[in-house]
Amino acid sequence: MSTVTQTKNLLAMAKPSKVKLSTADKVYYSIVYSVIIFLTVLVLYPLIFVVSSSFSSGQAVTNGRVILWPVEFSIESYKRVYEYKVIWTGYRNTIFYTLVGTLWNVIMTACAAFALSRPKLPGRSWLMFLFAFTMLFNGGLIPNFLLIRDLGLYNSPWVLIIPGAISVYNMIITRTFFQNSIPGELNEAAVVDGCSDFRYFFAILLPLSKAVLSVITLYYAVAHWNSYFSAMIYLNTRNYWPLQLFLREILINNQFSAEMLTTMTDEEIQKLQGMSDLLKYAFIVVATVPILMVYPFIQKYFAKGVMIGSIKG
Amino acid sequence: MKNDNLMLTKPSGTVYWRRLWLRICRHWQVYVFLFLPVAFILLFHYYPMTGIQLAFKQFDFKKGIWGSPWVGWDQFEKFFKSHMFSRVVKNTLRISVYEIFAGFPIPIVFALLLNSFRHERLKKTVQTITYMPHFISVIVLVGMLFQIMNSRSGLYGTIVHYLTGNYPKDILGSAKAFAHIYVWSGIWQHFGWGSIIYLAALTGVSPELHESAQIDGASRFQRVIHIDIPTLLPTAIIMLILRAGQVMSIGFEKVYLMQNTLNQINSEVISTYVYKIGLTATITDYSYATSIGLFNSVINLVLIIFVNQLAKRVGDTSLW
Repeated sequence: MSTVTQTKNLLAMAKPSKVKLSTADKVYYSIVYSVIIFLTVLVLYPLIFVVSSSFSSGQAVTNGRVILWPVEFSIESYKRVYEYKVIWTGYRNTIFYTLVGTLWNVIMTACAAFALSRPKLPGRSWLMFLFAFTMLFNGGLIPNFLLIRDLGLYNSPWVLIIPGAISVYNMIITRTFFQNSIPGELNEAAVVDGCSDFRYFFAILLPLSKAVLSVITLYYAVAHWNSYFSAMIYLNTRNYWPLQLFLREILINNQFSAEMLTTMTDEEIQKLQGMSDLLKYAFIVVATVPILMVYPFIQKYFAKGVMIGSIKG
Repeated sequence: MKNDNLMLTKPSGTVYWRRLWLRICRHWQVYVFLFLPVAFILLFHYYPMTGIQLAFKQFDFKKGIWGSPWVGWDQFEKFFKSHMFSRVVKNTLRISVYEIFAGFPIPIVFALLLNSFRHERLKKTVQTITYMPHFISVIVLVGMLFQIMNSRSGLYGTIVHYLTGNYPKDILGSAKAFAHIYVWSGIWQHFGWGSIIYLAALTGVSPELHESAQIDGASRFQRVIHIDIPTLLPTAIIMLILRAGQVMSIGFEKVYLMQNTLNQINSEVISTYVYKIGLTATITDYSYATSIGLFNSVINLVLIIFVNQLAKRVGDTSLW
């Protein structure tokens, strides 16, 4: 390869606009840029629309006057959401489930992945099969339901934490990382120096595995934050409900809690009817912003996680 | 002496077991790590599999799973003869196949286009934005759909009103529109995220290949056709085959939220039907629900084994 082209390429990477393009390339790039920008706008638009609606007046939303930016800017909806006690119960519970659940998930997953990544462990492939098979086949809804009931977990907050301890998919990602990214010699050297497996795990392996641990932590945390199915079938007591179940009541079933209505005058209730759309937009924003705020910071890790997962271990 | 000789050539049974036992002892700490996870897997994944017997029994609340009387294949016969059988199977397949055909190519095309982007910072921004909806919870997503697709106060109603002067018919209660809304909202949510794996595969292309093609006068588009697409093909084939293995399973969560009495003819799928029969019907039937669930799981298992064999042959790749 000539140095001229290399320099050209470097230039091309550094300052794309300065390089002359052939007509074919010009056409190609204009198509690429317009399609990508179109798709990005398509993804972004509904999100902006929701946020803008939540900051508009109730009337503007019901009459369909909000198109892109807030119309008759107001934070009335957020005041209402703030007064809506139930949502804070949901928030508190979801934060608890997410923190405790994720911690439990990551500990269990890392332990299993560590053990199954040891090449000379007797029974390793058999044990691996034991885990992997659960991805292909399961007992189904009713047997699981009966088990939870028999264990006394029905209507207990722990039902959202204990049974889902390990996602086998995440365990395999972690195991693949332990196998491929941590050199095996490290373990051999540690063993020669008289390091126990416990110490190797805590003092050497975990500190070196921050990348994969952050990936699975985030996968688990997002799953806890967003899931509703287990809570819906196992939790009766509203006090234990996660945020998503309250959202379901409001957004899907269109019910606002009676508790909220009784503290209001008739006039306020009428106003609320007009505002129900507005409130829904505000609830959507309040429930989603925390997870979307965290995400861009850890985006690079997510991409990494998908890549690690795609390599067969 | 004689014994030693024997050991060298052919270790006898007891010696084999003793050596294995020694190896196991050496790894005892590792088994400590495995103890809780394995106990967990056995309790929450394998023990419920014994509950599958319910599919061949008539559940009796007083006698429990193990004490209920056997009824053979009755539950399955009941399902196959019921009018719901063809409905739920057809709906499941229709939505799933639609999802594959519409949803599969888009992340690939998106990755190919994004890969030829020449502004790094803009590319990052595009990625951040398009991955974002993936993290929205299914309840919020369906909530957004209900708001936006509302035929009066929603964006959909507003736009149609603006264009034609009339408000459209309710689209959320329309059985015909169900699959379209379900699939395209899913594509909106996940196409960006789905492109990650293809973008990763494309970073594996050696830059020299592109450089020499450039010297030979290949345009960017020609390089996409002759370099990028062949690079993606193996990944794409594997992804397609694996996706096809899940053709009979549609997740419960989103379908259930989008269902209403008006669109039920086209929206009742196997997973939602099992849930209703087993847990929310006025007279719940554990056995019947288990048998329908088992019918579905067995098909899924067979399909995934089949496509995995196929993947082994076609792409030299497999799940196990």
